[in-house]
Amino acid sequence: MNDALLALRQITFGYRRDRAPVLNAVTFALQPGRILAIVGPNGAGKTTLLSVLLGWHHPWAGAIELAGRSLASYTRSERGRWLALVPQSEHTPFDYSVLDYVLMGRAPHLPPLAMPTAADYEIALSALEQVGMAALADQPVPQLSGGERQLMLAARAIAQQPRLLMLDEPTAHLDLHNKARLIQIMHRLRSQGVTLLMTNHEPEVVLAVADDVLLMEAGQPPVFGPLDQVFTEAALSRIYQLPIRLVEVEGRKQVLWT
Amino acid sequence: MTAAALQSVVRRNHRRQQWLWLLAAMTLAIFVLSLLLGRYPAPGLLDWSRLGEDELALRLVINLRLPRLITALLLGMTLSAAGMVFQLLFSNPLVEPGFLGVSQGAAFGAAAAIVFLGGAAVVTQVAAVGFALAGLGFSYLLARRLRYGGWVLRLLLAGIAVSALFSAGVGLLKYLADPLTQLPEITFWLLGSLASITWGKLLGVVAPVSISLLVLWFFRWRLNVLALNEETAFSLGAAPGRERLLLIVAAVLPTALLISISGIVGWVGLIVPNFTRRIFAADTRFGLPATMLIGGIFVMLCDDLARTLLPGEIPLGILTSFFGALAFLGLMMLQPSRPKS
Repeated sequence: MNDALLALRQITFGYRRDRAPVLNAVTFALQPGRILAIVGPNGAGKTTLLSVLLGWHHPWAGAIELAGRSLASYTRSERGRWLALVPQSEHTPFDYSVLDYVLMGRAPHLPPLAMPTAADYEIALSALEQVGMAALADQPVPQLSGGERQLMLAARAIAQQPRLLMLDEPTAHLDLHNKARLIQIMHRLRSQGVTLLMTNHEPEVVLAVADDVLLMEAGQPPVFGPLDQVFTEAALSRIYQLPIRLVEVEGRKQVLWT
Repeated sequence: MTAAALQSVVRRNHRRQQWLWLLAAMTLAIFVLSLLLGRYPAPGLLDWSRLGEDELALRLVINLRLPRLITALLLGMTLSAAGMVFQLLFSNPLVEPGFLGVSQGAAFGAAAAIVFLGGAAVVTQVAAVGFALAGLGFSYLLARRLRYGGWVLRLLLAGIAVSALFSAGVGLLKYLADPLTQLPEITFWLLGSLASITWGKLLGVVAPVSISLLVLWFFRWRLNVLALNEETAFSLGAAPGRERLLLIVAAVLPTALLISISGIVGWVGLIVPNFTRRIFAADTRFGLPATMLIGGIFVMLCDDLARTLLPGEIPLGILTSFFGALAFLGLMMLQPSRPKS
């Protein structure tokens, strides 16, 4: 527990004090260099958990430690260098070029009023290359497709060079080709020592990348553990209230439901 | 691959920087020419050498044209920069700094001073700036009490409500005003003019206006980050609440101060930033300085026309609306390919 990159103890949080909390005694410890999938039905609090981990919402009770230090003790820009978030989607009405948009990931590495340097542009360009979007660097953001936009947001987070990368439904808008590419990117980041944490609704993505799983259920304390122990037919059937089977096809696990 | 791409980005930034220098040079040139432009001794440009001989010409240039021109430059820079800041922070290309109750507040203050307090210039100015800031403060307090939407939306809704209230007040004052003396004065104020600018008026506002412009200029790249949604800006290490409030104050305060001496000069804050974005793309690192310079040039040119086109003065707001709309329409219809800068 001590060498964990991210440790949560009994995190409880809700948006309104007069209602039941959204997050209920969330406790887990994520070891560095692993990929955690947060799985649960709509409304179970997955995105809320990411907001709390980001420090955007303060938990009602409990403690969050990042690399052995309380998350609250990090300065803003320090936190921006440790943690990055890939949101589900983001809207801008303005004609930013893809490169200028990705470049904003460099903000926590710059003094508040400094301009990005050539080195920052280089990092942003190589992040775009990693997600396979180098050719679109000059494209205006509003003209991108939903999938391209999601990959661009991933590139911005990669340009941020975080130790812990959080992705909120990263494959929601992606076609099969880009889904495979994102899985590959996540594997590559893990091999570079980045710890990843994603929420995901797609069992085959979870089965393909996750080392650990946090199963969330509205109103219940979540269950944390290695993929093969937590992501089971019984548990999935319970949280989704559907008969679910895990089958193996050509050596890969798949989820079947009726 | 990356090396070549990086080269082209560095070249692109270099070109944008050169565009800024070009705009700065144009601003300076137009400033000097405007100083010599007028209707004395005859309509047209004043001969430079005449300034040494003709005492009246020199006094005219130093005491009348110079403060007026500096005010026009500052007004254009401020309205455009404030407009761009607002459009980014509110993620809406159709807002401008007057939205937060400032323009209508100033209009109400000026109209009230004209109707009830005799309308002496100083009184009108103090009332205008007082009510402009009151409009801002009122919008802010109201936004904190609204229970709907994120704070950006709340601020905008509160500002629109406060503007509507003040605009109802302006309507009432116009109705009450003496149609022969006070009403024309109110109407003239609402159309904006720099005809009555003196060194005294300019010096009263120049320090806070310059400081605000400097603050906005220093934030020119960071503004991009603050324009992202709040949680994302936070995840990038910003303090969106605090920093956005600072920028809003740095945008609204100089706007309020300047319109208190110029009257309402319409559409600059809305059109110039959109015009600039068409030419310079959205990145405010170059876009914000560019919009300041383009706005300064635009208002200087409009004011040149306002004071020279006819023997009498044309209200500035009429010209900024007319030429601003024409330029913007032209740009929209021509759809020029953005310079590859």
